[in-house]
Amino acid sequence: MFEIKDLKASIEEKDILNGLSLTIKPGEIHAIMGPNGSGKSTLAKVISGHPDFEDPEGDIKLDGKDILDLEPDERANEGVFLAFQYPVDIPGVNNSEFLRMAYNAKQKYQNQPEIDPFDFESLIKEKLTVLNMKEAFLSRPVNHGFSGGEKKRNEILQMLMLDPRVVILDETDSGLDIDSLKQVSDAINHFKSENKMILIITHYQRLLNHIVPDTVHIMADGKITKSGDKSLALTLEDQGYDAFKDNQS
Amino acid sequence: MSLKEFSDIANKEYEYGFKTDIKTELIEKGLNEDIVRKISAKNNEPDFILEFRLKAYKHWLTMEEPDWALLDYPEIDYQALHYYAAPEKPKEKLKSMDDVDPELKRTFEKLGIPLNEQKKLANVAVDAIFDSVSVATTYKEKLMKHGVIFCPFSEAVEKYPELIKKYMGSVVPHTDNYFAALNSAVFTEGSFVYIPKDTICPMELSTYFRINAEQTGQFERTLIICEENSYVSYLEGCTAPKFDTNQLHAAIVELVALDNAEIKYSTVQNWYAGDPKTGKGGIYNFVTKRGKCLGKKSKISWTQIETGSAITWKYPSCMLIGDDSIGEFFSVALTNHHQQADTGTKMVHIGKNTKSTIVSKGISVGKSVNTYRGKVQMNKSAKESENFTQCDSMLIGDECSANTFPYIDVRNASSNLGHEAATVKVSEEQLFYCQQRGISLEDALTTIVNGFCADVFKELPTEFAVEATQLLSLKLENTVG
Ligand SMILES: Nc1ncnc2c1ncn2[C@@H]1O[C@H](COP(=O)(O)OP(=O)(O)OP(=O)(O)O)[C@@H](O)[C@H]1O
Ligand SMILES: [Mg+2]
Repeated sequence: MFEIKDLKASIEEKDILNGLSLTIKPGEIHAIMGPNGSGKSTLAKVISGHPDFEDPEGDIKLDGKDILDLEPDERANEGVFLAFQYPVDIPGVNNSEFLRMAYNAKQKYQNQPEIDPFDFESLIKEKLTVLNMKEAFLSRPVNHGFSGGEKKRNEILQMLMLDPRVVILDETDSGLDIDSLKQVSDAINHFKSENKMILIITHYQRLLNHIVPDTVHIMADGKITKSGDKSLALTLEDQGYDAFKDNQS
Repeated sequence: MSLKEFSDIANKEYEYGFKTDIKTELIEKGLNEDIVRKISAKNNEPDFILEFRLKAYKHWLTMEEPDWALLDYPEIDYQALHYYAAPEKPKEKLKSMDDVDPELKRTFEKLGIPLNEQKKLANVAVDAIFDSVSVATTYKEKLMKHGVIFCPFSEAVEKYPELIKKYMGSVVPHTDNYFAALNSAVFTEGSFVYIPKDTICPMELSTYFRINAEQTGQFERTLIICEENSYVSYLEGCTAPKFDTNQLHAAIVELVALDNAEIKYSTVQNWYAGDPKTGKGGIYNFVTKRGKCLGKKSKISWTQIETGSAITWKYPSCMLIGDDSIGEFFSVALTNHHQQADTGTKMVHIGKNTKSTIVSKGISVGKSVNTYRGKVQMNKSAKESENFTQCDSMLIGDECSANTFPYIDVRNASSNLGHEAATVKVSEEQLFYCQQRGISLEDALTTIVNGFCADVFKELPTEFAVEATQLLSLKLENTVG
């Protein structure tokens, strides 16, 4: 179970998250939709421990364990994965080496031995196939020179490799062409299982046709203002955010 | 933890900062003609060396310390230094390595350089130099079977005076610069390498320099000669104890490559850098390194990993005289805390169709200053020559700085130059991205820096590439958070 309770975060004395609560049960997919600047990426960053947001208030618990005081790498190794809205380039660091480091960091965290290089090879090849990605990506520097869509796909490759419990997908669909969207959605559906908890941040109902959420939340001004089932996304598409603003206050 | 806190760099203890307690024979402080004669006498040198020294000393007196580098340090008092320090020798000559003072052997062992016959580094011959004298040279006999000479400079003066006469000062004349003149006057020890015709040196050669005595200058000279169709890969390493006072190191390295010969010279420099907090102490490293590609199709390749010293002033250069000769310079210079480095290279193209490559990676952390200074000169005679230069800087934190000064002087129309430069800042976003994948901040930083330096590391002999990588990660430890 992944629980966020009354989360508050600010930057430079500006409040961005204003007491946000959200609970995702194992096996569930939740979607968050909300206007630009409403704090969706901030939520993702605060969950994963971004240093820009100092001392957020509230609780974030994974299976009852408070993770809000953990370092970002510890949270990751506890099983929290963020697919970035804007994945970062790391020139000079080779993609497969990066993945291996990340993989082994988790192994180490769990007191497991490092993965055998051959096992790693075959694991990565299997995941590449799921995503229909070329092996050539592995020898390129992390995200460096990747197209927007390739970067997004690379995020999902990392997710498949690291096999996290909690996944936050921050606008993973933006920038993907129609075929890529289908492939990435298939990969996420393939990844989904009864113990995974998935939070999808998106602006488009289209993605939710591929990955069907159990719950849809609408976010405004750093809070969840309305939650409902998947039909909420359709209503939203129809009526826009304004319709929900009024309802709230 | 965040990048903003880079400035609060914790003190990583310098691992090699210990001092060996050993009786040291010193020549009194100061520099004058008499001292120069005394140094010469200590080494039982032939007259031509003494004359060379005296000529250099007289010239030095007419020179001024250069001040064009972007380095800021208090004036050096050349009269306040010892110019000769040696661990006291036993009366009898050493018969084998096992006669080396156990305290010295322990010292080198602690530095990772075992001198015992049984424990020697596999496939690396080492000349271990402690202050002003060579302590031991391993694998000498094995090398001799191939005709390869690898010995302390003083021994070469004694045994191979003709070679010394012919080549010493032929690449770096005593008039070259202030520090070269000083070295030529007072040099003590160094390594000598001679690879005969048609010989591939069967192992890596390595000299390990250790400054131990306080307030002592180290002035070694290295001379490497590769005859036609020969090859050698040579590596130097260096460390020094921690002292509050600065120690002066002014070395000369001369390389000569004849037809079709290749010299690969690698340095992993880890002199004491001074106190991380106050900047007190540390080595002043003023070094003149130059190679002459005399022969056709000869090649000289410099690779340096500069991580230590309070001050680094160093420009390993190539004179590309033979047609079709090649010069290379690959450099990683990491400065942290209060370190200052002004380093680069000079490629002088003289022969036809000569090629040079320069890859420089400067990494600045803390309050350090890191400067690349390079010159590519293509003479009128150097038709159809080529140079490619890439100098990249990486900044970690907000208090450090990086500068690049690439000078170009082309005097013919058929040559070609390519230049690339980039400055990258390790961003908080990059580190966070790595951390979000479970990689710790330090590992992330090391990985990013190693990635930045990959083009240079791959030039190092494999035995030392690992060492260099580890050294860098050590240097970066505690630089975050
Ligand atoms: N580092 C920062 N410094 C200053 N303001 C910030 C910072 N990060 C976020 N903000 C502000 O916080 C607010 C929420 O930003 P956030 O990126 O979370 O929005 P979002 O909902 O993800 O928007 P989008 O749909 O455009 O991605 C915005 O007003 C933004 O300008
Ligand atoms: Mg966003």
